[in-house]
Amino acid sequence: MVSGLINANPVVYEKKERRVRSQPADKDEYAVEPIDQQEIFDHVRDIKDPEHPYSLEELKVVSEDAIELDDEHNYVRITFTPTVEHCSMATVIGLCLRVKLMRSLPSRYKVDIRVAPGTHATEAAVNKQLNDKERVAAALENPNLVEMVDECLAPTYE
Amino acid sequence: MENEGTVGLDCNFELKEVQKLEGHTDRVWGLAWNPVTGLAGVPSVLASCSGDKTVRIWQQAAATGSWECKAVLDETHTRTVRSCAWSPSGKMLATASFDATTAIWENVGDDFECVATLEGHENEVKSVCWNSSGSLLATCGRDKSVWIWEVQPGHEFECVSVLQGHTQDVKMVLWHPSIDLLVSVSYDNTIKIWAEDGESDDWHCVQTLGDSFSGHSSTVWAVSFNSTGDKMVTCSDDLTLKIWDTSLDLTASGSDSSGLWRHLCTLSGYHDRTIFSVHWSRDGVIASGAGDDTIRLFKEIPSDVHLQVNGPSYNMICKKEKVHSMDVNSVQWHPKVPTILASASDDGYIKIWELKAIS
Repeated sequence: MVSGLINANPVVYEKKERRVRSQPADKDEYAVEPIDQQEIFDHVRDIKDPEHPYSLEELKVVSEDAIELDDEHNYVRITFTPTVEHCSMATVIGLCLRVKLMRSLPSRYKVDIRVAPGTHATEAAVNKQLNDKERVAAALENPNLVEMVDECLAPTYE
Repeated sequence: MENEGTVGLDCNFELKEVQKLEGHTDRVWGLAWNPVTGLAGVPSVLASCSGDKTVRIWQQAAATGSWECKAVLDETHTRTVRSCAWSPSGKMLATASFDATTAIWENVGDDFECVATLEGHENEVKSVCWNSSGSLLATCGRDKSVWIWEVQPGHEFECVSVLQGHTQDVKMVLWHPSIDLLVSVSYDNTIKIWAEDGESDDWHCVQTLGDSFSGHSSTVWAVSFNSTGDKMVTCSDDLTLKIWDTSLDLTASGSDSSGLWRHLCTLSGYHDRTIFSVHWSRDGVIASGAGDDTIRLFKEIPSDVHLQVNGPSYNMICKKEKVHSMDVNSVQWHPKVPTILASASDDGYIKIWELKAIS
């Protein structure tokens, strides 16, 4: 098959500098630490794009600002921007985001994933699929898809 | 005509936790009470199905009243078991799975044996239901179709119809409690009513409840009939519950199924996340379970007929938060004891509840 990459020449951005989290001296080790935007971003920034050897951060598919968080109510919403409007990898990217957060956040968290409004041709359809947990569960029982997702998530575990 | 439900005017009921059932190793998707148990000395039996690919059978011990796992139905389905349903006789259990099959189990003493496997769906089967006489079975799935199977002697099941019409994934099918009318609800946001054409024995869609009927604006996840079958309630990703009623004359034998359903009432502003399950008890209490980890109970407000300009409306009589630590996937009232409710969750647990009036 001739290389049919959706976006053969993506724009690659510089990675944002990583802030080192400082520990307060009188930290109570049993206190539940609130989760913040940066922590969520740290979980997802290194996810590899399914088609290119770059991270979602480098391709500006996700950014720290696109993460909405309400720690008190255990709610997160990530808005991601596919590199092209007709990106058929949008659902795979969305799935990667969901799986990474599922594995990284406490189970009490409710997560919504959506494409940035106006950035995808079938925005409503993609959003609906990504937020239907039954469809997500069934997709994650598909070994081929799981393999693809795990490959994209591999850099985030290093 | 629409009626917004009024908020908590009548919240003098509470749900008391009776027991938490542990055992499943993945989320619990569905529950089914055995319809012939829980009365006249026969201990209550509950079936549950899970992402761990198994079905568990739970029984209430007569002496202690405590619930125990009586059987684990495993090594049959190769993927998530999404839905389970007992036959009206209570002798058989049908289980629907993401592995595209529906298994039929027979209860032989303390054991359950898989006596048939129904194949045909192209991909995940999401729901299975027996009709009131036990002569028919319906299944539905992501392939957008609804299948009707005839139950024949010797554990034979023959597919008598494959119903196309939904434009997306079908989430649940449910038979009417007394007549052979089938309802299906879907990711395409609609509710479809299916009936047999008296003369040709062909099944077809007699009504679609969508936009033009004040239908849901997102995926419809579940449906439940009231005990008399003249009303049904649906729940959706659009965060509402909708009540429907019908002009069907259900008492007439050989009933003409062309009576239409119409929108009666929308209950909105209650749940914050997708409502996955709804169930109407014999006593007229509607239970809903949602992604906000909450169970809510609603009841029709008895009203003066003369003042009923807009039709009946519904009050929330109880709200229980954090019933589970994750999404509630299923709520099911006990078929014989109308104050007992079971709930199942993504957290892998099942809980038994008792409805009590707050003194």
